[in-house]
Amino acid sequence: MDPAAPKPKENMGEPLPRVDARLKVTGQAAYPADLPTANLAYGALATSSIAKGRVTKLHLDDARSVPGLLDIVTYGDMDKVEKPKFGNAGATSIGPLHDRTIFHDGQIIALAVAETFEAAEEAAQLIRADYEEEKPSASFDSPGTKTIPAAGKSPLFKEDVKAGDFDAAYAAAAVRIDARYSTPTQHHNPIELFSTTAFWQGDQLIVHEPSQNVTGWKAELARELKIDPPNVRIVSPFIGGAFGSKGPMTPRTAIVAVAAKRLGRPVRCVTSRMQAFGTQTYRAETRHRIRIGAGKDGRITAFAHEGWEVTSRPDPYVVGGTSATGRMYDYGSVLTHVSLVQADRNTPGYMRSPPETPYVYALENAMDEMAVALGMDPVEFRRINEPKAEPIGKKPFSSRSLIQCYEQAANAFGWAKRDPKVGAMRDGDWLIGMGCATAIYPTAVAPCAARVRLTSDGDVRVQCGSHEIGTGVRTVAAQMASERLGVPIDKVTVEMGDSSLPPAPVSGGSISTASVCSAVLKACDAIRAKLSAGATAEGGPLAGSHNEELDLDGGKIAARGGASAKIEDVFKAMQIGAIEEYAEFAPKGATPEAVKKLYAGQSEFHGGDQDEDSVKYAFGAEFVEVRINSYTREIRVPRIVGAFAAGRIMNTRTARSQLMGGMIWGIGQALHEATEVDRRYARYVNRDLQDYLVPVNADTRDLQVILVPEVDHAVNPAGVKGLGELGNVGTAAAVASAVYHATGKRIRDLPIRIDQLIA
Amino acid sequence: MRPFIYERPTDVSAAVAIASRFTTEDDHPTRANAQFIAGGTNLADYMKLGVAAPNRLLDLNRLEEPALRQIRVTDDGVRFGALVRMGEAADHGEVKRRYPVIADSLRLAASGQIRNMASLAGNMLQRTRCEYFREPSWACNKRVPGSGCAAMEGFNRQHAVLGASDACIATYHGDFAQALIALDAVIRAEGSRGAREIPFARLHRLPRDTPHIETDLAADEIITAIEVPALPWARRSRYLKIRDRESYAFALASAAVALDLDGDSVREARIALGGLATVPWRAGEAEAALQGKKLDEASAGAAADAAFAGAEPRQHNAFKVELGKRTLVRALLETRDMKV
Ligand SMILES: Cc1cc2nc3c(=O)[nH]c(=O)nc-3n(C[C@H](O)[C@H](O)[C@H](O)COP(=O)(O)OP(=O)(O)OC[C@H]3O[C@@H](n4cnc5c(N)ncnc54)[C@H](O)[C@@H]3O)c2cc1C
Ligand code: SF4
Repeated sequence: MDPAAPKPKENMGEPLPRVDARLKVTGQAAYPADLPTANLAYGALATSSIAKGRVTKLHLDDARSVPGLLDIVTYGDMDKVEKPKFGNAGATSIGPLHDRTIFHDGQIIALAVAETFEAAEEAAQLIRADYEEEKPSASFDSPGTKTIPAAGKSPLFKEDVKAGDFDAAYAAAAVRIDARYSTPTQHHNPIELFSTTAFWQGDQLIVHEPSQNVTGWKAELARELKIDPPNVRIVSPFIGGAFGSKGPMTPRTAIVAVAAKRLGRPVRCVTSRMQAFGTQTYRAETRHRIRIGAGKDGRITAFAHEGWEVTSRPDPYVVGGTSATGRMYDYGSVLTHVSLVQADRNTPGYMRSPPETPYVYALENAMDEMAVALGMDPVEFRRINEPKAEPIGKKPFSSRSLIQCYEQAANAFGWAKRDPKVGAMRDGDWLIGMGCATAIYPTAVAPCAARVRLTSDGDVRVQCGSHEIGTGVRTVAAQMASERLGVPIDKVTVEMGDSSLPPAPVSGGSISTASVCSAVLKACDAIRAKLSAGATAEGGPLAGSHNEELDLDGGKIAARGGASAKIEDVFKAMQIGAIEEYAEFAPKGATPEAVKKLYAGQSEFHGGDQDEDSVKYAFGAEFVEVRINSYTREIRVPRIVGAFAAGRIMNTRTARSQLMGGMIWGIGQALHEATEVDRRYARYVNRDLQDYLVPVNADTRDLQVILVPEVDHAVNPAGVKGLGELGNVGTAAAVASAVYHATGKRIRDLPIRIDQLIA
Repeated sequence: MRPFIYERPTDVSAAVAIASRFTTEDDHPTRANAQFIAGGTNLADYMKLGVAAPNRLLDLNRLEEPALRQIRVTDDGVRFGALVRMGEAADHGEVKRRYPVIADSLRLAASGQIRNMASLAGNMLQRTRCEYFREPSWACNKRVPGSGCAAMEGFNRQHAVLGASDACIATYHGDFAQALIALDAVIRAEGSRGAREIPFARLHRLPRDTPHIETDLAADEIITAIEVPALPWARRSRYLKIRDRESYAFALASAAVALDLDGDSVREARIALGGLATVPWRAGEAEAALQGKKLDEASAGAAADAAFAGAEPRQHNAFKVELGKRTLVRALLETRDMKV
């Protein structure tokens, strides 16, 4: 295992410990459901046990007789409230209590509110429903599903990318593969359960709920409740894991707010782990068909990627990873098509690298198959097909260090010692396999606002409505302010996770570090400018020096010549106590309304494949060793090495931690994770952490993260590429490649389990 | 969770007395109004999920008889008090040395935290983790007799290929029980009708058409001890557990093997299979197939074939037949190669 605090290389920041590390490991960090609230009432959800039909009658008498029961919110009680909206900040358009129609398993049918959590739960369990049941369609291949083209169904997926004449090139190719892949349903299962605590102070509604998008939720909740957005405040100071699941607001939030209003007292509802499977979003299952044609020299001439994704009946949720896979290599011709398959399921949603995880898995597994078909080393195969420009729009990459990543990771891994023959490597009863794959994630950035204050004592306060979902964004924001204002990091406090702060975009798409740091940088520079002006003004301590020659460090402001002054003295000379600057950062190419939209809770993403000048992506290469028992075929991963380049690394510790977490998740995606759907009833079966497996410590042995230096000024002022979602892309394909190398079996359907290897 | 009355009797006879006051002779322990709780890692979970609903819980943790918490190893065997925690037994030096299969079966079970909490008696009596059993909205004959079995044609990857019936195919998931049944353990129990000894092999009942009746115990019977005789095969014994992840998961297939060898050949073999059957499963056919034979890949394979001759695979668990066989072969060969 490499050190937790890697030494910074070129263009990398110090591995400072997280500013909130102590609070977290001592249990003092208050997550939304921990925030002290007086006179609380407790809510518990009752959910449907069918996936399709209508509730004809609810039996509430047993629930009502539970001592301590205060209220039951159910059909009819939400009529004065707008239905939820799908897209942007809303998870689904299904208003579960607006309509007795059941769209999916585990749909909310009532909220029981009681004096204690136990009474609320008991009452909720006693609520019974009579249904008019219909036969649901569970997933792919179920009768009754509807398949529609995905392009244009979501603002994030406008078209099926293509280039050249795929059919002709594929027909003419000397070597071809045509293979199908699939990924299973997955649920985020963050350790912190989902919860809403709502209370009213007059017209003001305050909601404590783990959220990756407080500003977006404020707008959406205000819309649903038909109140003024300034009267809604969302508070989410710490989030115990999110992975996208806390990005969009679900219908529960408004239901709990209505319950609090009816009772005139605060209501807290913590959803059980089982209920989260139906009431929150998830990663839907996907299918892929990939065709690759290449010459004998290994040059790809034709690439086609067709994808199918499950979504709910009412909401066209699209991930559409073909825009990344279609740009990955120098293909010559590209054909892609994404379809949605509408089934009787809850609406899916973002889950860590939503498009790339399934689509790049399929691509990279296919690349490995193609390398085998060509009799070529898989690293060499990728090198040969390294593009100068992306194949779709022929735009350059703002930076692309994929080959450096491959070289450094291969070197550290000892790839040269791999015997390429299938089944050739063995240690006693254990078959050894080694494989690799590419990781890619689009580099986006969004408008963001921040307020920074520097006092004469050198204390700095940063305020920004972003979200500490565990990535370390609070720490890097503090680091940015500390660097720019020349104060030690322990003088910086960062306030986040509150919609009353200057707005930040949704903490999704790995944009937070870049967007937040760009805004903090701008505010800090405005403070520097004021300070410098004060210092160099007539009568100032550095009168006569030029502003642009000044630097801030160690609580001092220094001129290049050597003269310096304490910040305190500059403040004195200026006769002020503090400088506070509010800054709005808007990325290059932002629309004139971008910041206005930010205030309205809409994040305008730029970068990735959207910019005119270049396409922007972060890359990585992952190498995996697997060991498979020759008798019982269980698969273990003793070793994994990933090398990643992502522009400026703000903090090597938090960066490594994100990438490591991603790779571990990748192992889980390869070998463990799957939500099982009972196809007869369209219901989730393994709805808890006993049966929904994720890797444990024993599954993650030697794990190495290599940070490859990269400089990219085109991406954003901070020079940062997001890497929070990079690490888990490609891992599953690298595992599949290693399993093939060990056994000669090409497993195309995730997760890879004993079941498939033992036959 | 429904409200319940919680009592902490201070000795076994008091506990039995309360239990017999609130239960009848026909009650089964898992369906009775009054139920015992030890570590609570299984029962409390099922109460929260609405699967178990006793209205009176008798906490055994205050019982004052010291033997309930002791492990006694003598030359005749080992005796575990019923309240000994899994972790303590797993780490016991003499148990590890003389009965490696017992220590391994406990060490490889659950997590460190659960092993510190869970008792040995509770472990033996743990109920199935069948997903359809765990969630009251599904049809389940074990939870609601006569309601049907949602797992039969449903997602049944973890379900049993041995010992199933038309009413229930739920797996018995415990690991410790496989070691006990292999080593001919005996259970001591006390109830209103007195104290008795039950061969461990007779403790659990096959589901047949009454899957809701899981054991031979009366509702007011408390298990007080588990005794394992010191027979010649105990030292050369091993527990092999195959699962989807390296730790903290139930067995897809497991094998408890104990061998008494005469050079290369098998004098006596004791074999039990876990994760594959509806009850702790002694593989008598496999034992018989090995007796007097040289233990090698071929004879181990023949024994494994014998063990699974009656296996009945379903849609998602068919792989467990082949996996079960290979698990047994591997366990036999690894046990043969143990240095004792
Ligand atoms: C996440 C998880 C993973 C697990 N993994 C494994 C695993 O890999 N392998 C494995 O073997 N187990 C595993 N377990 C199960 C665990 O070992 C059991 O929950 C535990 O052993 C039960 O012991 P307890 O003392 O907590 O029992 P309790 O929950 O207190 O009781 C269980 C049952 O036994 C009865 N009972 C308890 N003591 C007595 C007594 N003295 N006399 C009569 N009846 C009694 C109770 O009435 C109840 O019906 C796991 C459990 C969890 C939660
Ligand atoms: S297998 Fe047994 S426990 Fe599972 S649903 Fe069927 S009857 Fe119930």
